[in-house]
Amino acid sequence: MIQPVIVGAGPAGVRAAQALVAHGLRPVIVDEGVSAGGQIYRQQPGNFRRSGDALYGFEASRARNVHAAMAALDGKVDFRPRTLVWNAERGVLDLISGERTERLSYTHLIIATGATDRVLPIPGWTKPGVYSLGGAQVALKFQGCAIGDAVVFAGTGPLLYLVAYQYAKAGANIAAVLDMASFGQKFRAMPAMLSRPAVFAKGVYYAAALRLRGVQVHEGSRPLRVIADECVAGVAWHDGTREQELLCDAIALGHGLRSETQLADLLGCEFAFDSLSRQHVPRRDAAGRTSVKGVYVAGDGAGIMGADAAEWAGERAALALLEDASLVFDRKRADVLERELARTARFRTGLEGAFAFPPSWAAEAPDDVIVCRCEEIAAGDLRAAVRESGVSEINRLKALTRVGMGRCQGRMCGAAATEILAQACGRGIDEVGRLRAQAPVKPIPFGVRA
Amino acid sequence: VKRLGELDREPVEIFVDGRRVAALRGDTVLTAMLIDGNHVRRSEFSGEPRAGFCLMGACQDCWVMTEAGERVRACTTFVEAGMRFVTKLDPRLHGDDPLRRHPRIDGDPIS
Repeated sequence: MIQPVIVGAGPAGVRAAQALVAHGLRPVIVDEGVSAGGQIYRQQPGNFRRSGDALYGFEASRARNVHAAMAALDGKVDFRPRTLVWNAERGVLDLISGERTERLSYTHLIIATGATDRVLPIPGWTKPGVYSLGGAQVALKFQGCAIGDAVVFAGTGPLLYLVAYQYAKAGANIAAVLDMASFGQKFRAMPAMLSRPAVFAKGVYYAAALRLRGVQVHEGSRPLRVIADECVAGVAWHDGTREQELLCDAIALGHGLRSETQLADLLGCEFAFDSLSRQHVPRRDAAGRTSVKGVYVAGDGAGIMGADAAEWAGERAALALLEDASLVFDRKRADVLERELARTARFRTGLEGAFAFPPSWAAEAPDDVIVCRCEEIAAGDLRAAVRESGVSEINRLKALTRVGMGRCQGRMCGAAATEILAQACGRGIDEVGRLRAQAPVKPIPFGVRA
Repeated sequence: VKRLGELDREPVEIFVDGRRVAALRGDTVLTAMLIDGNHVRRSEFSGEPRAGFCLMGACQDCWVMTEAGERVRACTTFVEAGMRFVTKLDPRLHGDDPLRRHPRIDGDPIS
């Protein structure tokens, strides 16, 4: 018997489920959220009244389609919302929902666990009022709230402009957008981004709309530190010529996205370094097959490609599963999906050029900036460990300093810690290893394991 | 945190450090606590206030303590009438010194 399990009910997971159901399978879909949609198409609580257009803007029809696809699967899939997969082994997953635990068997597994913000810390980023950029968006979409009365959006990446635009449209007050990417960078990346002209046009629109509303947008700037007593009171930043200060009571901070790869790691999937996103991701073929038979990855959890690509990748992984299970194979559809994914990959290359990783971040990060929020480990602690012990591998650094050992398992600090390590020991970011995942991949109530 | 709309919801009352806090049905514990105050807990290491960070269950920065000593991840838990939270460090674990390191092996209910 074939029992597929899909982890994650975002755009990749929903499209994967749809394709499996269309061919007579009944997948289990597990998601930590209350309802399907993932982070990008996250649904507001049932008693909220905003329209899809208000919530998702240009993406409203895509969001509606994904939600409708999931609704149409009702009764044909076994959907487990509010459920965490905290451990993965060959053929079985450990789930927990509230206090209830379960071991769930699978023959085939599609991992569509999405992404979280990649954040490059600045001093004071642990102060109340500083949130991840994605978090700022969740506050608006899921709770109808802004993270503050005067919000600064700082960092880089297309999401910076999107979330700032959504805030402006919802009536929030934006103190400034501090984009580390320069205009020249974006201009040079234009040819590659024109492989997805509609997506490119949306990005241009958001930035223009913000300026039209009188929002200060500073390209090529560098956030330096949070000005705060107990809470955020402002931000100091560099405009390329001199240091400036801005008053604000909240800061949304983000520098692109990073994939959630823990389950593939626990299953022993091979990883490869992805130079675009500067992180190791599960090695996969064009269809999403990992190095472990019967395990597939799709969507941003397999490498950052965005929500549209996640839908195609989810469906493509499901087609691979159906082929591998000797059920059916739709070569024509698979080709269409792979072509779309390849086109998006070209666009991604352009996007990463436009919003490139700030190359001097690690060298310029001051010693006193906290890197690990959980355990409060500073950049200077990491550099001291490199100096004193000659460490040049991230898991060794973790053992020495506890960086990445806290409750978030390096989700928030892993990227920054790896950058600091590489810079401090004089190696490439691809040469210092990757933080290994450990079960439970997220905190579970004490006593549940055993 | 500031509300931009969706005010027409059923009121729900919770308690933070013994005080009544007015929330709305559909608020997460994190939203309700940050509409009312400016932080939800203190760091076990530095004693500094914390107010969550990622809002999507990844950073684990918003685990708050109930009066009964249980922990709740505030960004993924909806308010229910009568919930009672404390934002101060537990004196049984930290004594008078907020800087004292958290005894995470024996005393931490989350692993």
